[in-house]
Amino acid sequence: MTIPDDLMYARSHEWIKIEGDSVSVGISHYAQDQLGEVVYVELPEVGTAFAVGDELGTLESVKAVSEFLAPVAGEVLEVNTRLEDEPNLVNDDSYGDGWLVRLSGSAEGEELLDAAGYKEFLEQESA
Amino acid sequence: MSEVGVAAKTPLFEEHLAAGGRMVEFAGFELPVQYTSLTEEHHAVRTRAGLFDVSHMGEIAIRGPAALDFVQLISCNDHQKMAVGRAQYTGIMYPEGTFVDDTLVHKMADDEFLLVVNAANRHKNVAYLTELAANFDSADVVDLSNNFAQLALQGPLAEEILQPLTPENLGELKYYRFIEGDIMGTAAIIARTGYTGEDGFELYVAPSAAPRLWREILDRGQPHSVLPAGLGARDTLRFEAGMSLYGNDIDNTTTPLEAGLGWIVKFKKGDYIGRDVLERQKEEGVERKLIGFEMTERGIARHGYPVLLAQDDTEPFSYVTSGTQSPTLGKALGMAYLPIEATEVGTEFFVQIRNRTAPARVVELPFYSRKKV
Repeated sequence: MTIPDDLMYARSHEWIKIEGDSVSVGISHYAQDQLGEVVYVELPEVGTAFAVGDELGTLESVKAVSEFLAPVAGEVLEVNTRLEDEPNLVNDDSYGDGWLVRLSGSAEGEELLDAAGYKEFLEQESA
Repeated sequence: MSEVGVAAKTPLFEEHLAAGGRMVEFAGFELPVQYTSLTEEHHAVRTRAGLFDVSHMGEIAIRGPAALDFVQLISCNDHQKMAVGRAQYTGIMYPEGTFVDDTLVHKMADDEFLLVVNAANRHKNVAYLTELAANFDSADVVDLSNNFAQLALQGPLAEEILQPLTPENLGELKYYRFIEGDIMGTAAIIARTGYTGEDGFELYVAPSAAPRLWREILDRGQPHSVLPAGLGARDTLRFEAGMSLYGNDIDNTTTPLEAGLGWIVKFKKGDYIGRDVLERQKEEGVERKLIGFEMTERGIARHGYPVLLAQDDTEPFSYVTSGTQSPTLGKALGMAYLPIEATEVGTEFFVQIRNRTAPARVVELPFYSRKKV
């Protein structure tokens, strides 16, 4: 299970990458593995504001629907439109081309985990 | 027997774990929803072959001199002319003409039929049939579910892979027929039946014989990239083939005529449970019918999503009975009951997907049928 060191993680299995005044958001390798092959991604509209824990959108596999949540508060600056035609990027490159949205805002004050913390969290979850 | 709340293990439980099966509870059994990839397993069955553990299915024998009469009483299909070694699909009926269950009836002998029933309905069926048999001379209902493990090998390569394991001539075994024979030295019912829309076999063996047979089939299938396949692929395969799932597409509120299963409803036979209702429905015509549909814009309709006849309707007409992204066809497809006047192919309606309504269009069922050679 890949867990890159340079990202922060939410307990709901999203990752964030801080890029100046904004953060990009995706789901972890573990989350995409649990979900199975993603066949459909529903993304929020650019400009919409979200609080921490709000549902940002949905990821669907053949078998199931799963929401992804806002790991930080912010406004949607950009969504990954490639996922409309290539939803499988969420599986194939969950930390790269499979990113979901970019939000304004920062990770300050949010209860996020670093890579070691997320790894430990996953081990507890599966224990 | 499983206790309430405690999932039972099939004889192949350890095989599933060894193969990396993602185990879920289904109808009281721990079964794999998938191994490595639902879509890979799905495509394996369509193009090569896949092996399923369906040991959770129930097997109920009807025995005695009046076995045929009893089966004729509970079933809407006509089993009078069945020869030994034939299997026939039917519905076990309530007096309302609705489904207790759908089942495959196997004629084992003139005085014995074997009903293969849904796992979730096993105890309900046994109770229902036993009560009916109490008023019925010389027909006994025997639950044999614990005597059988069931493996389903499905896909175009099924015969080629299975043939070396049995002295029976599988090439001569036609669709919906079975033989009681030998596989790997063990007694088996070998039936050319399935729930995937592909050619294939359903194999009924003693639980103790199942693990060795499972491993052998997978070993022999390995050069052909045959995969073990889970409940997820079983559902998408049967769905594409337009086969009903009890609890989704048919249940105790729907009749076979409404479900598009008119071909299993026969009237050139004696009286049977539900006959009067079905006969009246046949004469007057059904008011609603199960149809197939495709989504015409983005979005996947799923079981339970509200079905709207017009976009601004506030009350749903019904709910999607089955729906998913079809792995073979690459489209979001579904099934639902619509008013009979809205069931023509091409008719538009709407499915509520979370907070929006998405347009859908009636299409022909089944979504997929294999090329007959």
